[in-house]
Order: sequence, then structure tokens, then C-alpha cells
Amino acid sequence: MQKLLDIQNLRVTFPIGGKEYPAVDGLSFHLNRGETLGIVGESGCGKTVTALSLLRLVESPGKIAEGKAIYYGDSPEGVDLLALSEEKMREVRGNKIAMIFQEPMTSLNPVFTVGDQIMEAIQLHQKVGKAEAQNRAIEVLKKVRIPDAERRINDYPHQMSGGMRQRVMIAMALSCQPDILIADEPSTALDVTIQAQILELIQDLIVEMKMSVLLITHDLGVVAQVCDRVMVMYAGMKVEEAPVRRLFHMPKHPYTIGLLQAIPPLFDEKGKELYSIKGTVPDLSHLPEGCRFSDRCPRVVEGCHSKVPLLKYVGEGQEVRCINY
Amino acid sequence: MLLQAKNITKKFPIKGGFFGRTVGHVHALNDVSLTVESGKTVGLVGESGCGKTTLARIAMRLIDPTSGEINFDGKDITTLSERKLRPLRRGFQMIFQDPYSSLNPRMTVGQILTEPLQVHKIANGKKHREQVFGILDKVGLSPAAFHKYPHQFSGGQRQRIGIARALMLYPKLIIADEPVSALDVSVQAQIINLLEKLQNEMKLTYLFIAHDLKVVRHISQKIIVMYLGRIMEEIDSEDLSQARHPYTHALLSAVPIPDPNLKREKIILSGDPPSPINPPSGCVFHTRCPYAQQICKEKVPPLDEIKPNHRVACLLVDQVKPFSELKK
Repeated sequence: MQKLLDIQNLRVTFPIGGKEYPAVDGLSFHLNRGETLGIVGESGCGKTVTALSLLRLVESPGKIAEGKAIYYGDSPEGVDLLALSEEKMREVRGNKIAMIFQEPMTSLNPVFTVGDQIMEAIQLHQKVGKAEAQNRAIEVLKKVRIPDAERRINDYPHQMSGGMRQRVMIAMALSCQPDILIADEPSTALDVTIQAQILELIQDLIVEMKMSVLLITHDLGVVAQVCDRVMVMYAGMKVEEAPVRRLFHMPKHPYTIGLLQAIPPLFDEKGKELYSIKGTVPDLSHLPEGCRFSDRCPRVVEGCHSKVPLLKYVGEGQEVRCINY
Repeated sequence: MLLQAKNITKKFPIKGGFFGRTVGHVHALNDVSLTVESGKTVGLVGESGCGKTTLARIAMRLIDPTSGEINFDGKDITTLSERKLRPLRRGFQMIFQDPYSSLNPRMTVGQILTEPLQVHKIANGKKHREQVFGILDKVGLSPAAFHKYPHQFSGGQRQRIGIARALMLYPKLIIADEPVSALDVSVQAQIINLLEKLQNEMKLTYLFIAHDLKVVRHISQKIIVMYLGRIMEEIDSEDLSQARHPYTHALLSAVPIPDPNLKREKIILSGDPPSPINPPSGCVFHTRCPYAQQICKEKVPPLDEIKPNHRVACLLVDQVKPFSELKK
């Protein structure tokens, strides 16, 4: 396994009432070449902020306070994305690492055709003429299975359905053949049958283009279907990480277990009360002392409130941040 | 039966041109009938544009159907005047998807919950407070919530406020339109459990609208699947694996299951749902149906009962196996 991206001790803070609070706190993880890593968690857990930091797109007043993100795509010794000059970073963004977002309508410019927008991305990063850029745009639209790509390249975003727009977003992200694709809830805003189409497309592209993917989602069903490895985040921290089968069959962290049990089954016997995690996700300025899950945890013991537990390796590629292990 | 919708059709006119002429119609609902038994939960599923929210709004008498009839508690309320309808409105209330936008940000929770009592002229000031505290307790909010504003609560707590507001008048029927889809997974389960608890305690009847089949199956006794303004299938949720309509199959197959070892044949529909402005002829699903034949373009399939409590609108139903028997 070859490491493509290695994030070390990432800390991203946001000011609330004059004080800095960490949205991402001491996060370390890596992405291997050719693998799909899922980042799972609920709203506010820091999964999107993590992705944005890798591209240095965290919006002010948020800031990357600490950490490294070593990218090994260009050289064996790697470069730290968080320390690159803005100019160098622009060569990485969209070109080496591309991102797709949840809401395809707001990420496309309504006054340009989808062709213009894809060609812009291509010409920004690669020295090609207009005609060649157009050919490549058509090619990449075909790759994301947009029927009649030669004609649809002249469509404006509003002329397309939500599923088609998400395909265009994926096409744009793929247009420069990036090493890494970051997909932030790529199917969440879509209807169920369209969601299935987009997931299928992403899975096919992973195989076809040997892509390395960071998939951000709140849906453990999607993770099970698409990912090789999973990282579970809670309140800015990694609480568990494991290969996908291991995580679903031997989840260790009480939060992961809770998330899995809270999903109603599709066919198994019903009628029982659903398992639910009590309380709500804490906000940044009111994190509990010690383990951040301690106020909601069914297995809480005295030591949980005194300090944040360390991540512990429990074998088979699995790590857990819980005092009980 | 508490709620009955009979042959509801709803067309929204599309205005266009210089004089605002009607240039076409959105066929939001086409001959839809359903019944909700007292004390039961009926789940309504379908994708955006299938008409499920329009049906809810018609059942609430927030908009009028183009044709058809709505009966509530044995009374035809389809054409009742607003004045005559008002006393009945206490009996049916609605919960919305987005608790952020359905609560007035300038009112305290106390004011939000007292308002329905004032509108319906129930009791007086002191009594109001007592009732509000009673309902707050029922939905799991502390009395301290009374003086707070909606923005001081998390998403899940806000949905509890939305539920509390719907309960203030002790309704018989609650229509819940995607009540948990905007919530985090861990909170979603809390709200579903709360809705079930309240149903038992207060003898409530639910019409539960959602796109998540897992959630709908969990909470409902009966599931109605809609597509492009029509009912495709109606089935007891216990029997969901026996679903026969190809569209229900596609929905079932599209549910991401949290089990990485599960290998199943995926039924992936091609294309997007057609526009309800110009719905396909015959069976509205034929343009995306893997089984479609010539006859499907010509004839509208009736919603036929193939077994007790199991109705399917498919001309080729004999050729379609139950979902559980499709090859893995």
C-alpha cells in the first residue's frame, strides 16, 4: 500500500465570541493510492472542514492552526499542502486534487453553459487550445454517462436535472484527471433512484480511472457500499477507524455502535423501538470535559470525564478512541 | 376510518404569455385514493415531484383538489367553507420537514405553543400555561424551553417544538411531511421513537410522508408508493419484501444497506423521472421500467388488488416476481 496523502495532527479553529474553538482537533489519517476512504459523522463533526482544509479552502474566520497534509503524488518525499505557496496550491487544486459538493445547483455558474465551465477548468490547468478543450470536455461528459454529450455541452445548468448536474460536477472534477477525488455527500441531495445511479457511477469510475477517493457522508449504507476503509468522526476528532468489513462487523466505539443500531432495518423483523443515542451533538463552544462523547455515551465510566482518551490500535487496522479498550 | 381521499386529481395551471393565459398544467395528482384507519400509520413514499406533499396539503385542506373528495372522521370536508372547517381543523395537524423555517423566530416557544389555543379560543391564560407545560413534557422538552426562542435549540429539539405545536389541540390525525429527513441519524431515531410513543399515549393516527423506505417501513403499518402523481403500489409494511411493482423494486434496491458483505442485484433505473407537465401515456412509469412493453404505453394500469391489502398498478404484474424472489 502506497500512501498518497498523509494528514498529521490537523487542527482547524473557528472563533466564537473572541475565543478560538477547534472544529477539527489533532486529526491524523492517510489515504492510500487507489483506495476509497469514507469519512463518516454527523453535522458539525468536522468532516467537511477536514476536506476543505486539504484544499486550503477553509473560509475566514476559520483557520488552519496546525498540522501537515503531505501529498505524495508528485514526488516520493512529498509536499506539505498546508505550507505551499498560494500559486503552487492553485496547481494542485482541481488539477491534482478535485472536489465535488453536495449541492450541484449552487456549485455551477448559472450564466455559463456546462461546456464552458468544464473547458475553463481544463484550460486553467492544462495548456490546450479551445478545440482540444472542447473535445476533452465532451469526452469527460461521456465518461460520466451523459447521453448525447455533444449536444448537452451547450446546456445551461438550469436545463438539467439534479442528477445530470451532479454528473456534470463529477465530469468537471475528473476533467484534469486528478490523483485524488474528494466527494462531499455527493448523493445526499438527490432522489433515491438518482442517488443509486450516482453511487454506481462513482464506483465504476473508481475502478476505471484507478482513483483515490475521500468520500464524506453521514450515511453508513453508502459507506458499506463504496468504501474500503472508514474513519468515524465526532466533534472534531477521529473516534474510530477500520477497514470497512471490520467496522461494520466489529464496531468498537460506543458512538459507531450507536450510529449502526440507529438505522432501521429494511427487511428484518420490526416493531421494536429503535435504538437511539441520547442527547444531541455538542456545539464547539460547549464540548464536554474529557471524552467528547461522554455526555451521550451508554458506557460512560468515571475516567471518561477527566481526559480525552488516546487513539488505541486494537489490531487488524482498527483504531479506537475509548477508555473501555 | 379517519381519513379518506377519494379519486383525488390535482392540476396546477401554468400561466404564460402576455395575458397570463393558462398554457398547460402540472398533473400533480391523478385519481389517487387512500384511506387511513384510526390509530394506524400510513407511510407515503416516492421521489420529489411524485405528488406526496400535494396530497398532504389537500388532505389538510390547505389547497383544493381539482376533483375528488376528502372525508375526515366521516364528514366530507372537500368543499366546507373556512368558517365551518375551523372547528374541525383542531382534529388534524401537520408537522413539517424543516423545523428551522416552520417556527416563527421572533416568538418564544411559549408563544408558539399558546397560539393554537388562542386561535381556537380554548381556555384562558392560566390554563394555557398548564397545557403548554403538559405538552412540553410529553415531547421531552424541559419547562425551561417556555421562554426560549427557536434558534436556541438544536435541529432535533426544534422538531420536538414542531411536534408539540401540532399536539397542542389534541388532534386525531397528524400529517408528517418528511419529519426526520433533515435530522442527523442519531437524532432521527429519537424523533421516530417519540412519534411512536405519542401515538400510543394519545391515540394518534399518522399519515407519514418520507422518501426513506427504512424509516417509513419502521413506523408504518401500510405503505403507499407513489410515482408521478399516481399510486403504484399499496402494501402492508410487514410484507414489503413481497412488493411486486417494478418501481417499488427499484426503490428497495436503491436503499444503501449498512452491510459491506451484502451482495445484491441492483436495479438501477435509467434516466430521470419525466416532467409532470407532460406525463407519459399509459403507465407513467413505462419510460423507466425494465419490464415495459408496448401495452404499457397505451393503457393506464388500474390499481388492482392482487391479495388482501396488497394493490399493484402494473399491467404485467403476473410476470414480475416479488422483490424477495428476484435473483441475488
